[in-house]
Order: sequence, then structure tokens, then C-alpha cells
Amino acid sequence: MTRKRRRLYIVGGFMLIFASAAALVLMAFEENIVFFYSPTDLAQQMAKQPMPPNRRLRIGGLVEEGSLGREKDGVTITFRVTDTVEVIPVRFRGLLPDLFREGQGIVAEGSMAADGIFVASEVLAKHDETYMPKEVADALKEAGQWQGKVNEQ
Amino acid sequence: MSMHYFANPTRFTRLAGRIQPWAGGLSAVLLAVGLYLALVAAPADYQQGDTVRIMFVHVPSAWMAMFCYSFLAVASAVALIWKHPLADLAAKASAPIGAGFTFLALVTGSLWGKPMWGTWWVWDARLTSVLILLFLYLGYMALWQAIEDSQKAAKAAAVLALVGAVNVPIIKFSVDWWNTLHQPASVLRMDGPAIHPSMLWPLLIMALAFQAYFVALLLARIRMELNLRRIRALRLAERAS
Repeated sequence: MTRKRRRLYIVGGFMLIFASAAALVLMAFEENIVFFYSPTDLAQQMAKQPMPPNRRLRIGGLVEEGSLGREKDGVTITFRVTDTVEVIPVRFRGLLPDLFREGQGIVAEGSMAADGIFVASEVLAKHDETYMPKEVADALKEAGQWQGKVNEQ
Repeated sequence: MSMHYFANPTRFTRLAGRIQPWAGGLSAVLLAVGLYLALVAAPADYQQGDTVRIMFVHVPSAWMAMFCYSFLAVASAVALIWKHPLADLAAKASAPIGAGFTFLALVTGSLWGKPMWGTWWVWDARLTSVLILLFLYLGYMALWQAIEDSQKAAKAAAVLALVGAVNVPIIKFSVDWWNTLHQPASVLRMDGPAIHPSMLWPLLIMALAFQAYFVALLLARIRMELNLRRIRALRLAERAS
């Protein structure tokens, strides 16, 4: 074996081992790396082991169509977050990003209240990976070809 | 032609000197065309409006940030395994360029995140792994500076570069492996680009402009490193005589 070939094997073997170690670490920390739970994730989590109240977490999903409402005080808004399987009601008082609307993907940070409503302290908007001019989007909607936003996680 | 043909510094310098102005000129022309298309000609996005124009700088910067690191890692491997005399210099020369692109991607991403997501920064997997990429570049550059003996420095830096290479696929697939605030890939994805052609073309032209800029800058920096090495050798010879 030439010295070059030996060095090639050493570097290759080292990379393989290191990459495997990194993969194992990332898999072990999966829970901590995800930025938010989908409503289904959260339901499964709650079924396994109920979370203590007031634990801070983030949930993400779509603002359910027709769910947006305002409480009597005029500043607190309520809506439901869905991943089309499970639904979580949310209450929020504060500034909403411009992209926030029904059908949009959002991430809310806050905690579960005792009454099963998620009380958010911050709401962020997600947007998906499609980009197109408004005319094209309108034409697609008109032709009934609109994909909607259900592929958003 | 063997891999070592251009290892001869004189031969490399001559060739690099010929390519460099072409790459620089190409980059300038593409950048002018690309910026016009991106900022003026391209339509506003259906949901993001004019804010989407940040994408035309942000996405090519992020691509280059990852491309430069891949280049740096491959050059480091070539230096470690085959001891190619120019590979160390190529790796060393590419690091500040990559760090610059990474910084640009982070800043433009932050400026884009505030109006669209509602926040400058979040610790999701994509943003965090790109920040780690910036630290890897800075650590790599610092290591070169920290070790006096340039051969030892080259070896240590190359090992660091290879360790950090694990981060590149993590950045690319972070948006698929974990829930993130950052959206998944728009261009390099399985079912083809999710960008309308009227916006995809300006993006690709900007990407080419950045790539040509990288080539021009890299060649200039390798030549500079070669000259520095020559100066050092001459000084040593002078002192010895």
C-alpha cells in the first residue's frame, strides 16, 4: 500500500466515523432540535406523558379557516391551529406579523393553560417555498389548480 | 495532464492571471444584469410583495456559503492525502470569501425574517447550523494564524475543515429533517423548482454572478498567498547568506 493510499483510507475512515457520531448525536437530540410541535405531535406527547402546565413550548401549523375571532376586550384574538388532523385553540394578545391570516402557516410560542387553550406570547408567520407573481396565483386559483398550503409543516 | 501540472507556481500564476480578469468582468456584467432583473424587472411575490427581492441576494449568498465550505473541505482533503502543494493555499484562500458570503446570508436573512416571519432571529435548525458554519470559517482562519509553523498550521486547519464538513449536509437537509421556521428548499428539490420562471431566472443569474466573483477573488487570493510565500523564502535566504 502506498503512503497516499494509506492516508486516503485514514481520512476516509475518520470522516465516516465522525459523520456517524454526528448523526447519532442529532438523532438523540431530535426533541430539542425541532423548533415547534405540530398539533399531532403535541397530542401524542400529552397522551404519553402530560406536560406540566406553564411549560413553555412552540406549536406550529395552519390557522384554521373561519377560526379567527376577537374577544370582547377588542385586543385579544383567538384562532385555532391545525395540521388537518388535530386542532389546538390559541389565545394571543400582541402584534401579529403581516403574513398572519387564515390558512397561513404560523408558529406560536407560549404555554398550555388549564382550560386546554394555548396562550401564546409570540406569534410568527411561516411562508412556504413557492414564489410566484400575484397574477399567476390568481389565475391558478381561478382555474381551481391552487394547491393550498396544506403541505406546510 | 496530471494533477500536479499546475502545482508549478509560475505556471499557475500565469494561467490564473489570464483567467482572473475574465471571471471578474463576467461577474460584474452578470451582477448588473441580475440586479436589474431582480430589483426592477421581476414581479412582486403573491404573498410577500416586494420583500421577496431580498431572496435574490440571500439565496445566492447562502449557496455560496455552502459551496465555499465544500471547496475548502475538498481542497483540505487533497492537501492531507495527496500533499498537492497548491491545495493548502487554495483552502486557506477560500475561507475569508466563504465567511463573507455566510455573513451576507445571515444578515440578509435577518432583514428578510423581520418583515415576513416577525422576528430577526430564531434558534431553529437552519439558522443555527448556518451560524455554526460562520464560526467554523472563523475558527479555521484563526487556526492558521495561531500556529507559527505554516506546515503544521496547514495540517491542523485541514483537519478542522474536514470535521466541519459534516455541517454542510446538516444545513442543506435541516429544513427536511426537523420542524423549522425556515421554509424548505425552493430550487434544489425533488419535484423541481417551486419558483415561477419570472423569478427563477434572475435568481440563477445572480447565483452565476456570485460564482464568477468567487473564482476571480479566489485566484487573486491564491496568487497573493504564493507571493507571500515567495517573500518569506527570499527573506530566509537573505538572512542565511
